[in-house]
Amino acid sequence: MNRREFLNKILKVTGLTVYHPYVAKEESVPFRSTGNSVNRKVWEIYKKRKETVSQKLEDTYAILVDLNKCIGCRRCEWACNEWNKNPNKPIKEFEKSRFEKNSVFNEIRRTTAGQFTVVNRFFDEKTGKPVYVKIQCMHCLDPACVSACFVGAFTKTPEGAVIYNPDACVGCRYCLIACPFDIPAYEYFDPFTPQVTKCTMCFDRIVEGEVPACVAICSADALKFGKRKELLELAHKIIEDNPDKYVPYVYGEHDFGGTNWLYISPVPFEKLGFPMGYNETPAKFTRNFLFAVKVLEILAAPPLVYLAYKSLSDKSKTGGKNEDK
Amino acid sequence: MKTNSWFREKILLGQDFKDYIAGLLTPWNLIVGIILILGIYALGYRILFGFGPATNLTNEYPWGLWKTLNILAEIPLSAPGLAIGTAVYLFKVKDYKMFARPAVLASLLGYVFGVLTLIFDLGRYDRVLYPFVLFWGLESVLFLTAWHFFLYILICFVEWFPAFFEWVGAERARNLFAKLGVWATALGVIITGGHQAALGALFLIIPTKLHPLWYSSLLPVFFLVSAVFAGIAVFIVQATITYKVYRNQLVNFNYKEFHRRLLSLSKILVVVLVAYLLLKLLDLAHYNKWKYLFTPYGYWYLVELIGFVVIPIITLIIGIKAKWVKWVQLSAFWVILGLILNRFNVGLIAYRWYIPLSQKYWPTWMEVAFSLSMITWAIVVYKFIIKRMPILKH
Ligand code: SF4
Ligand code: SF4
Ligand code: SF4
Repeated sequence: MNRREFLNKILKVTGLTVYHPYVAKEESVPFRSTGNSVNRKVWEIYKKRKETVSQKLEDTYAILVDLNKCIGCRRCEWACNEWNKNPNKPIKEFEKSRFEKNSVFNEIRRTTAGQFTVVNRFFDEKTGKPVYVKIQCMHCLDPACVSACFVGAFTKTPEGAVIYNPDACVGCRYCLIACPFDIPAYEYFDPFTPQVTKCTMCFDRIVEGEVPACVAICSADALKFGKRKELLELAHKIIEDNPDKYVPYVYGEHDFGGTNWLYISPVPFEKLGFPMGYNETPAKFTRNFLFAVKVLEILAAPPLVYLAYKSLSDKSKTGGKNEDK
Repeated sequence: MKTNSWFREKILLGQDFKDYIAGLLTPWNLIVGIILILGIYALGYRILFGFGPATNLTNEYPWGLWKTLNILAEIPLSAPGLAIGTAVYLFKVKDYKMFARPAVLASLLGYVFGVLTLIFDLGRYDRVLYPFVLFWGLESVLFLTAWHFFLYILICFVEWFPAFFEWVGAERARNLFAKLGVWATALGVIITGGHQAALGALFLIIPTKLHPLWYSSLLPVFFLVSAVFAGIAVFIVQATITYKVYRNQLVNFNYKEFHRRLLSLSKILVVVLVAYLLLKLLDLAHYNKWKYLFTPYGYWYLVELIGFVVIPIITLIIGIKAKWVKWVQLSAFWVILGLILNRFNVGLIAYRWYIPLSQKYWPTWMEVAFSLSMITWAIVVYKFIIKRMPILKH
């Protein structure tokens, strides 16, 4: 053990270390916030639009991901970082991963405070070919995060994007717990003004009539942007036309109440880390609970008021304060 | 001069300042002091440098030891105050009158220090009042929980004020709060049930992320019922310890009578435990979860259910039959451990059970220090008050 190691050890024991063994894997910029500015930018746009633009839209926007076409170039990750001003590296670094033996693909990653989208690699058991899966916020139709937040910091916009108000968030991180896709991430290394971060569906682009940054850069035609209804039809048509290439399932059509990101895939979704088995929003369960609590509390109130009243009137009969002694 | 002697009488218990401090220097207090200092260090570190360096919280495990131990476990363990208060003030169960004030005080402190921990578990503790004032997330179980905590603490204060004003010597205020206390208790019954269940309901929203053996639509019921039995168990343990330690404060303390009451309370404890066990079995059967039992998590589930529910039921029954008070007291302690285990299982161990063990959450020493120090604070303040105010002998 040389001096430096020794010092590090001391620092670690006293908790004075700046390097955290586990989190460092996720976040490489300890002691600083990831400098998220896009949350606030998007929220301001939303607030302004709420006043000026009519909020009635025919249908929400959506993105269809065709996992058969994705080549794992990770350019979408780069473009996302670039547009949202997240920590970034040269695009070459991203592109070369799929040719390397030791790359980020060796482990399954998740979104973090500085990465709103990541591409993971799985293998098709039958053909042995890699299947790349881009993940990001699914922009659920009835999102668990919106329902879970106790200050209402999340909003589902009429455009379909689920966005976040950094001025309301208290930092309880219940949204991280609630999201079935484990998408929201927290700026644990920002001591004073940490935020929850996640994909905004490039709300600031789509309101300008542009497609999201990842869609714009994807040259493999794996990402399609459009109206949700049309994309759903398209997805079903693609599956119908190529029954041997796709499993007959459009992920996100009904899952967890439906999402604005839709996926079609050559392998069953449960093999790709998608949570399965729930076709309703998980928010339903907590809603039912809240309703039940209210009912029970209302039912309990009259007898309790009666008891309290009775107890007090007994007391005054027996001469007040002695009773409590 | 007058205030000085007041201070001496009421705070220093009639001792000189010097004597008082000297009297505090016991080995036991030394340990307490170290825990408190480490806790303050950990808190300062967390405030200055944030969660990242101070804790092992990650995106995978956004809720760690502070939420699990100081909220999920501590809140049900602080429940007895109200239950006893209800029995005494609303239903006029005279038998337990002597227990009411210590129980209410313990409850109040448990909540206050639990919530204080929670505040520093918020990324933006400076905004802790937002859900009460500015932003209302009406659809959130956490919103309900936050409000209920807040109201409950108010209620505990109201119930505790008679003792406080008696101590200060404000007769009128004392009588006012004694009256208000009855109303507070009535409101408190509603509030308690609501938020004990809500703590379980927090996890209703993650059907895919909590292990199926622990996830159930009955989660709120489980949390409520287990809060009831844990409350009784805590009460038995707390009364045992309090009356042992402060025996000298009590004149004419009737041990026979005391033991008789503990035994009759433990009968209720058994009934609630059995109800809980039956509900758990119903849950297993209704959702057909038997197949999970023979997996590693299944074995762990059985440890919880058999080791900490079935076994205490058996030992309690034996103890009650044979009138072994010690045995009953130990079983009650065992039940408390079981509740803590259950909350850790739901909050940490079975939460995202599918991620590899190496990525599981493990608290840093600072998290442990802060957690323990907040519990220690509660005990220190409890002792401080009980020595001075008319809590036991009244
Ligand atoms: S994927 Fe998660 S973060 Fe995104 S909208 Fe759905 S619940 Fe919210
Ligand atoms: S961390 Fe913020 S956004 Fe997430 S639930 Fe808590 S208050 Fe809401
Ligand atoms: S989605 Fe498109 S840009 Fe992203 S990795 Fe796949 S092919 Fe590349």
